[in-house]
Amino acid sequence: MSHDIAILGVGMHPWGKWGRNFTEYGVKAARDALADSGVAWQDIGFVSGAATMRCGYPGYVAGATFAQALGWQGAEVNTSYAACASGSQALAAARSKILSGACEVALVVGADTTPKGFLAPQKGERPDDPDWVRFRLGITNPTYFALYARRRMEMYGDTQDDFARVKVKNAEHGFENPNARYRKKFTADDVAASNMVADPLRLMDICATSDGGAALVVSSLEYARKIGRGDAVKVAAISTVTPTYASAVIEMPDIATDSAAVVEAHSFRAALPVKAYEEAGISPRDVSVAEVYDLSTALELDWMEDLQLCERGQAAQLVRDGVTKVGGRLPVNPSGGLACFGEAVPAQAIAQVCELTWQLRGQAGARQVNGAQVGITANQGLFGHGSSVILKR
Amino acid sequence: MSEETNAAAGTKTRQPALEGWFTLNQDQPHLIGNQCNSCGTYYFPRARHFCKNPVCNGEQFDDVELSRTGRVWSFTNAEYQPPPPYVAAEPFVPFTIAAVELAKEKMIVLGQVVAGVNPSDLRAGMEMELVLDTLFEDDSAEHITWKWKPVASNHHES
Repeated sequence: MSHDIAILGVGMHPWGKWGRNFTEYGVKAARDALADSGVAWQDIGFVSGAATMRCGYPGYVAGATFAQALGWQGAEVNTSYAACASGSQALAAARSKILSGACEVALVVGADTTPKGFLAPQKGERPDDPDWVRFRLGITNPTYFALYARRRMEMYGDTQDDFARVKVKNAEHGFENPNARYRKKFTADDVAASNMVADPLRLMDICATSDGGAALVVSSLEYARKIGRGDAVKVAAISTVTPTYASAVIEMPDIATDSAAVVEAHSFRAALPVKAYEEAGISPRDVSVAEVYDLSTALELDWMEDLQLCERGQAAQLVRDGVTKVGGRLPVNPSGGLACFGEAVPAQAIAQVCELTWQLRGQAGARQVNGAQVGITANQGLFGHGSSVILKR
Repeated sequence: MSEETNAAAGTKTRQPALEGWFTLNQDQPHLIGNQCNSCGTYYFPRARHFCKNPVCNGEQFDDVELSRTGRVWSFTNAEYQPPPPYVAAEPFVPFTIAAVELAKEKMIVLGQVVAGVNPSDLRAGMEMELVLDTLFEDDSAEHITWKWKPVASNHHES
């Protein structure tokens, strides 16, 4: 039995620091996705929302919040929270509903309004919460990104110039994307002139936090054919696997890794796409384009290796050679990535799928990857959450 | 930190910023972890109730003092002031952070690095030892945490 579902429509609210209610971004994205799909709102059987933790109760019940704002029409709702992978889990919930036959066509929506500055933990003295402990010790999210970046420099000889090349490339991609927040062709000098945040990473190596919204209309293949959309881009795989003990890379928000003293060490990031490739029956060699979670410039290089798009330690050379630029053999983050968007947590994984849908349809305009057939996403968040989604034509 | 502040600190009580996470032996401090009675895996912070090794049903743990030296896996610093619950001095002083791999426990532990050591002083593989140092001070107490410090012999090796 095929596990594929069809993507009938995609939509986004532009990323920015708009400071308005997240519902507005989600509904705008949903209306665009519905219009793009040609499916009437009244025909949607399931609304799958990705939760935001920063916008009060309506954020915890995002699925219902969006459904009400679009006008209650009796659809079933669900809300998923999985940190940065929330959008993928919301998509996975919709896929389960569709593949089980419980619904034919579903709407997946994520949107967020984020505060300025470092993402911080909840208030109160909570020494049992690892997220509280690490902030108490002065360990922020950029600390982890910087540890990974420095590890690359120590192991593979990557340089800060290599990291800047990732930023320059993504800035060129995002310059062509009307939904991107930062649309400026930054230079390596701009990166070098920005403040050091967590050595070796500078302000322009690290993604910002943003407001934004993204939505998908997805259906069974049968429904797609019925409405004359048998040629729609398909979701070929969704991986939302958890880590395998012993998780041997230091991960947010932990202060220590698991101990690999008596069991084998595993890498969570590397495991995420493995299940996706297996489920899709697609090999890394078949990938035409990737959207990866560049929380930092250096992390994009880690992801290229975790997605098996190149050997360990080779990613920086691919960037130097222009391979990952639009026009190169294997473009990475043609949307501009988090470098140009900033992170709107519950919307981000959905936005990755929107971009790949446009790429596989050939509708990405000046940032189009020619002949894109297969696209893969990757992201990772706190507490063992992550995802990798494969789309195919 | 000025000598004046140090002198003032001497009159305050010293208390662990995280209760029960490390021994308070000033010369040879250790992180306090524990070890599963059934499978032998180590935990830091200490596991409670149930072993997290998926093939182990262990529910009994013995407290163990973790190795107080290890090797640098990676390192960075904090040049921007972290948000609360971090308690910053006025003005904020950037600090270095290291991820240190403990050989016996096969575990990487994060920690601040003692003042005066910059990222440019560190390399992957360097040997580090655990020391106790001030995390922050308030009116009533000096709050102590573990920090990593390069072992002196590193300078001769490099």
